[in-house]
Amino acid sequence: MWPLIPFRWINRRRHCFTVSKVVCVQQLHSSSTEFANIHYDGLYPGHIPTTTVQKALLSIGSGVAALQNPYRHDMVAVLGETTGHLALIKLRDRMRNDPEGYAVLTERPRIRLSTLDLTKMASLPDGSFGREYLRFLEDNDVTPDSRADVKFVDNEELAYVMQRYREVHDLLHTLLGMPTNMLGEVAVKWFEATQTGLPMCALGAVLGPLRLNASRLQSLFTSLGPWALQNGRCARCVLSIFYERRWEQSLEDLRRELNIEPPPVIPKAKKKKT
Amino acid sequence: MAASVRLLVRQAIRLSHRNITVTAAGVSARPSCRCFSESAEERSTHFGFETVSEAEKAKRVYKVFENVAQKYDIMNDAMSLGIHRLWKDMLLHAMHPQPGARLLDVAGGTGDISFRFLEYVRSQRERQQRRAVRFGQTLSLQDISNSYSTIETDGPRESTAVVCDINKEMLKVGKEKAESLGITAGLSWVVGDAEELPFDDDQFDIYTIAFGIRNVTHIDQALQEALRVLKPGGRFMCLEFSKVTNPLLARLYDAYSFQIIPVLGEVIAGDWKSYQYLVESIRKFPSQEEFKSMIEDAGFYCVQYYNFTGGVVALHSGFKL
Repeated sequence: MWPLIPFRWINRRRHCFTVSKVVCVQQLHSSSTEFANIHYDGLYPGHIPTTTVQKALLSIGSGVAALQNPYRHDMVAVLGETTGHLALIKLRDRMRNDPEGYAVLTERPRIRLSTLDLTKMASLPDGSFGREYLRFLEDNDVTPDSRADVKFVDNEELAYVMQRYREVHDLLHTLLGMPTNMLGEVAVKWFEATQTGLPMCALGAVLGPLRLNASRLQSLFTSLGPWALQNGRCARCVLSIFYERRWEQSLEDLRRELNIEPPPVIPKAKKKKT
Repeated sequence: MAASVRLLVRQAIRLSHRNITVTAAGVSARPSCRCFSESAEERSTHFGFETVSEAEKAKRVYKVFENVAQKYDIMNDAMSLGIHRLWKDMLLHAMHPQPGARLLDVAGGTGDISFRFLEYVRSQRERQQRRAVRFGQTLSLQDISNSYSTIETDGPRESTAVVCDINKEMLKVGKEKAESLGITAGLSWVVGDAEELPFDDDQFDIYTIAFGIRNVTHIDQALQEALRVLKPGGRFMCLEFSKVTNPLLARLYDAYSFQIIPVLGEVIAGDWKSYQYLVESIRKFPSQEEFKSMIEDAGFYCVQYYNFTGGVVALHSGFKL
């Protein structure tokens, strides 16, 4: 019976099974788009089911768009989602095998301004993880809410892993002590590529250096790069950490626990103009 | 056997989906939902392949076009590989407007039809003037002095184009485009609903609606309004995506629409869902013959349609007599 149904059916958004299942599920992940909140008929809010052909086209298209305009973070996100299936499965399995990672997978914490207690974090002592993270957000003028929601991952748990990876990215900047300029981002990408194995990270790690000037390239290849790779290999899986319970912990202590060495040289952070 | 089973399954899914959608919407917005009530909130219509209330459809269509307005022209070029320009040129060619004509371009948004119209009548006027000069060379002195007096007293009527759209974002983009192209004379921009136009009766020579009528909630009302604002002898012209007749082309077109267009929407405009809606709304629009009878029912005469690109686009034309 099923093979006789025309191909275009698979694309139509009326999947009766997923719709009935999904309407009963509580909205665990809040989404910013209006459409997703009221009538989501994928596996999670914001989910857009896609065929293999569409994923292939998306990955190529988003790759080209991201290369042309690196400020299109949504394209980088789409590239990650469409190419990261195998890496996400490996990551999810690593998280499951770690007790803290397992807690993250079951409790599904989200890092957004609405879930963070900023005043409490500001009152923490200097050198604590929460205080340094807040300092990083202020210095670089970024907010945790700027991460795009996951759309094209066809498994609810893997979509959460992807979302967690995105939200943990800023925390990685704090842990590694890297600013958000190009050199800092490339260093973090090298770390993430070794840690997660996501093709998008690998691509960013390879293509990012193309935009660096000579002196920064030298700094990358001689000190920052090897340091990032080394740490990526030796560190604990960064997605398995329940960061929300560790704001009071000292940054040095956390780094030691995760096997992360402090950076050899910190690239000059440009204070972003407001 | 398989076909009838398929039909039953399709109906069952449609019914179950409508129930689920209505219940979900009911839980979030209204406490109860009676199916036989008269108000717009309860009457349902289609939004792409989804079933929504009529009030909701208007809102969602507005949101779609608000989101796509900035990248609308780029997306049109990308999705149709530039062929949409040919379709619009063919519309103008069929229209063949004469200088002095008044155009109402409904759902005119970014102004493509109106710009082409003004360009066309301008070149028509130039051609007329050149012809007048050429043939005027053998006129007698008396005729020449007569023509001088007509120029002073009775100037030629200027063609005007009114772009009317319900969406302010689209009009904004259109105005910016007009400024950059340097087209200002004879063009005006009006916010208005195709189902309730803010114009008096018998105002316009030509009414066009290009790729807009499938987004209107009540197409018959839009047709009635078109009839109202046209002068007697005025022409209604509608360019719209329609049913492809050739089965092989239809399958290719479907595959292209559902596989590629939303991907283009995501990559270029960062908006998958709006373009998914666009391709679904094309499928929900009536066929060429059905739409022709709708136009005839509204009161137009000499209704004809022309297929472009194998039926991908159809141009419907009717006259108010």
